[in-house]
Amino acid sequence: MNSNEIFDKLKSEFGDDIISLTEEKNYDPYITVKRKNIKQICLFLRDIDGLNFDYLVNLTGMDWGKELGVVYHLYSISLKHRIVLKVFLSKENPVIPSVERCWKSANWHEREAWDMFGIQFENHPNHIRILCPYDWEGHPLRKDYVEQETYHGMRVPV
Amino acid sequence: MGQRKTIEIDYGAVDTDRMRLNMGPQHPSTHGVLRLEVELEGEIVTEVVPHIGYLHRCFEKTCEFMTYPQVIPYVDRLDYISSMNNEWPFVMGVEKLLGIQIPEKIEYIRVILAELNRIANHQIAVATFGMDSGAFTPFLYLFRDREMILDLFEKCSGGRLLYNYFWVGGLQHDIPPTFKEDCLAIIKKVRETNAEVNNLLIKNKIFIERITNIGILPADVAINFGCSGPVLRGSGVPYDLRKDEPYSIYDRFDFNVIVGEGAMGTLGDCWDRNIVRVNEMEESCKIIEQAIAQMPDEAVDVRALVPKRVKTPKGEIYCKTENPKGELGFYIVSDGSTQPYRMRTRATSFINLSVLPEISKGYMISDLIMILGSIDIVLGEVDR
Repeated sequence: MNSNEIFDKLKSEFGDDIISLTEEKNYDPYITVKRKNIKQICLFLRDIDGLNFDYLVNLTGMDWGKELGVVYHLYSISLKHRIVLKVFLSKENPVIPSVERCWKSANWHEREAWDMFGIQFENHPNHIRILCPYDWEGHPLRKDYVEQETYHGMRVPV
Repeated sequence: MGQRKTIEIDYGAVDTDRMRLNMGPQHPSTHGVLRLEVELEGEIVTEVVPHIGYLHRCFEKTCEFMTYPQVIPYVDRLDYISSMNNEWPFVMGVEKLLGIQIPEKIEYIRVILAELNRIANHQIAVATFGMDSGAFTPFLYLFRDREMILDLFEKCSGGRLLYNYFWVGGLQHDIPPTFKEDCLAIIKKVRETNAEVNNLLIKNKIFIERITNIGILPADVAINFGCSGPVLRGSGVPYDLRKDEPYSIYDRFDFNVIVGEGAMGTLGDCWDRNIVRVNEMEESCKIIEQAIAQMPDEAVDVRALVPKRVKTPKGEIYCKTENPKGELGFYIVSDGSTQPYRMRTRATSFINLSVLPEISKGYMISDLIMILGSIDIVLGEVDR
């Protein structure tokens, strides 16, 4: 199934939650969606015949400057097609439902997105940091990140 | 052969306290700086919680402050025993953004080096896996042979483990004049030793009894956890990017995708993951032989297309290759400058490790060591 057909199928099911499909040079085709029903959209993509996106290749947080975002790279092992989902989140309230129930691999990816970007995933079973120490301050991959000066009395090198 | 199954615990009948034990971060069989918090009921594992991040060195953040060519040496240090493979998806992604079509001969050189590095990686994986189970001799044989591959890499790039050899648009240096003969000598030796290791270790009854029917990973669970490489193929899923979405020139070679068949026990157990690696070495040998036969003879300037200054157009690209451990991908977001705006790494070992708590419950603590060994992780890649 090509990205246009996937987009149409999503659009007919979810309507306004699906914003646009972008196919440009130097871009993998991506669909921008609203955050509210992301879990239902993912379950739909995973379970409906003809879509069968059973494999979450990659999930990552993004800092676009003015707002944050989450990018999902999906793949279907049985049907061998790909699609990218993009969600934009405000910097003041970066909350999005977790898709851990759709793909277990999202568990660690979402923990990393929380760790690095401070994006909160609702209903995540283990919402803690993963790469930084558990009591680290701030979210390092944000563009406006400022390192803490000391950690347990040790000076943090700059 | 006796069937060993997950041990069901009747908690009412067992009157012991559960114990929480830290395995690592400094423990020889965790293959690096990994801490496993294990909950035990007697000797039986009831829960495993991996704690990672001890080697975290802000790889993704560092990349945002570097130009594209400067990133390549850092990419080497992700999975530091298959560095050639790591460089490939990155340079391929940047070349795709720049629209560079690299000469055929360089593609062949890259394929040969990547496959040699795959053999070297699997040699380490099988060797350390054998060592985990107490077999020391095959470890020495495989490490001795791996040195031949590293010698060839040293002749090419000057580095033994970290090469910085694949450059955007070409290679760092041309291959040495004895390249073809060296490759053929390596393949001959790899085959000889594999036959020997097969007799010593792989078909050894003690080894088979030790690793069959533990750490069983069903195919649907493996897919759901996003596993790739030998971990996924060991469960019988023939997912290999070299076949499914052939990149570079992989569509020109004739080779098989090795999958686990549950030949000695249950499909998807430790034995299956290990045998996939052993047999993949032979497939890599086949690819190298074909590549050497097809490779054009005329000399080519490997730096002819290397840009003086890499400035990518605006774009977002996810570029992936089939690494020895699985799918390694880089999601490169470019804002039109000489530095990546964001460089997300889909680290194979990171995702493969996340399945460990799922497949190690209900086995003995000594089985946990074997299960971890069968996943074949490198902590440099897990922690980034």
